Amino acid sequence: MAASIKELEETIVEEFSYYDDWMGKYEFIIELGKSLPLINEKYKTDKNLIRGCQSRVWLYAQIEGGKIIFTADSDAIITKGIIGLLIRVLSHQTPDDIINTDLSFIDQIGLKEHLSPTRSNGLVSMVKQMKLYALALKTKML
Amino acid sequence: MTAVAQHKTILDVEKVRKDFPILSRKVNGKPLVYFDNAASSQKPQSVIDATNKYYSFENANIHRGVHTLSQEATSAYEVVREKVRAFINADKSHEIIFTKGTTDSINLVASSFGKNNIGESDEVLISAMEHHSNIVPWQMICEEKKAKLKVIPINDDGELLMDEFHKLLSKKTKIVAVTHISNSLGTINPVNEIIAAAHEKGIPVLIDGAQAIHHTTVDVKELDCDFYVFSAHKMYGPTGVGVLYGKEELLNAIPPYQGGGDMIKTVTFEKTTYNELPHKFEAGTPNIAGGIAFGVAIDYINLLGIENIAAYENELTNYALTQLNTVPGIQFIGKAKERASVISFLLDNIHPYDAGVILDKMGIAVRTGHHCTQPLMDRFRIPGTVRASFSFYNTKEEVDLLVNGLHKVIEMFK
Ligand SMILES: Cc1ncc(COP(=O)(O)O)c(C=O)c1O
Repeated sequence: MAASIKELEETIVEEFSYYDDWMGKYEFIIELGKSLPLINEKYKTDKNLIRGCQSRVWLYAQIEGGKIIFTADSDAIITKGIIGLLIRVLSHQTPDDIINTDLSFIDQIGLKEHLSPTRSNGLVSMVKQMKLYALALKTKML
Repeated sequence: MTAVAQHKTILDVEKVRKDFPILSRKVNGKPLVYFDNAASSQKPQSVIDATNKYYSFENANIHRGVHTLSQEATSAYEVVREKVRAFINADKSHEIIFTKGTTDSINLVASSFGKNNIGESDEVLISAMEHHSNIVPWQMICEEKKAKLKVIPINDDGELLMDEFHKLLSKKTKIVAVTHISNSLGTINPVNEIIAAAHEKGIPVLIDGAQAIHHTTVDVKELDCDFYVFSAHKMYGPTGVGVLYGKEELLNAIPPYQGGGDMIKTVTFEKTTYNELPHKFEAGTPNIAGGIAFGVAIDYINLLGIENIAAYENELTNYALTQLNTVPGIQFIGKAKERASVISFLLDNIHPYDAGVILDKMGIAVRTGHHCTQPLMDRFRIPGTVRASFSFYNTKEEVDLLVNGLHKVIEMFK
């Protein structure tokens, strides 16, 4: 059985616990941002674009065997790195689990500021959008 | 002794910094380096104290009571109007209208001037480097009146194409609204030439002085502009206070903007007669504490001397341009020959947001993004820039910290 959201969150928190200063943590996020192939280019359309004031985010969702698969991208690397984390946790989960999660791991690894509405980097809207997708796909499945 | 030579020696930055309590705080464990002055400047202790003092000992509504407190508050507030008048060398203090800020002032003019002066297929002329505040209000009135918004283009250095400007001035042009200094590029526009050319055709001119008022001497009589607008919060004063300067004649000719208390002479349910300038445009209880503190901010600027401020900021800007130029892959957005202490740039293909996040971790506050000038960013085909904007309390050491910070950014994103 695939890992649950909670288990994935715990793994990430543990990974981040190796870095005790901000620099190491950000270097790790930047690496994630650089290395992840996140979205099929053909889905980087205006329709899938979430326009933050600071950085742009593309999000695409599809359903496979009752689980939602998210792919996403951003033009800013740090945003992309955090997207990588969010997708690792939320992709391949059931709509219900996605709707009910509070993503507290972001706070625990000290990146809460990136999910603050004032950052306007598109991440808050992205998380909202992920939950909306989950909700919509859930209704479709019923 | 010439004025400039005398002034150069006067501004003692270490002493000046002590006037700004916020400059001694830490951000993310590092001493704050505040380079977001174009967004809002910091406040000296005297301005902070004035706000406190007002609420502690002087608070009352103005223009409406015979009691002592109201009288005192009214005179304290009206003294500021006179200070603003003197600061920009306007003719009369009732040509100074207090507003909420630059945005509010422009909306007032667009709406009130536009009501009777802009009609179908008329034109409003702005520039490609305007802040959204000097675009959207005009767009709204143009839409309402079926008029057209025309835009003066710029060159790759971020300077207005003056030939194009002259060509765009026509019989249809009802007003020209341009920024004195660009908040994204630092460009100082040739406003004298713009105003003179527009006036030759009988067209009034509004100058958005939000970025200029605290960086250079502004003399509205010498400029001969019809409207000049700015915000107190960018000139070391409080937020929520701004100024609309307008020539008496024009202010008298245009209708009120908002209705309410203070702006009326007599009210019956059939008809209201309007108060005289400046009250005609000041409906409702204003930001009294803010207004009074704004007066103290002007005192502070006068104490330092705007020429001293300009000289110091120019020197610091030149230093910053030279130092930043050593950063590998830096690309300046805005290379005008006439420029103020605003520097926008990109680092190779590093996204401005990424650079801003890392600099913030180092205690360095810069602005990243489109700076409320999206059409301008589109013109340069970029998502935004990193912008460092300096004030007289910034130092060369801080510029060095920024340069080091950028080296670190490059290393991290390599
Ligand atoms: C050139 C310019 N115009 C207008 C504004 C808007 O000023 P405010 O937000 O104080 O109304 C700004 C502020 O960023 C500006 O820089």
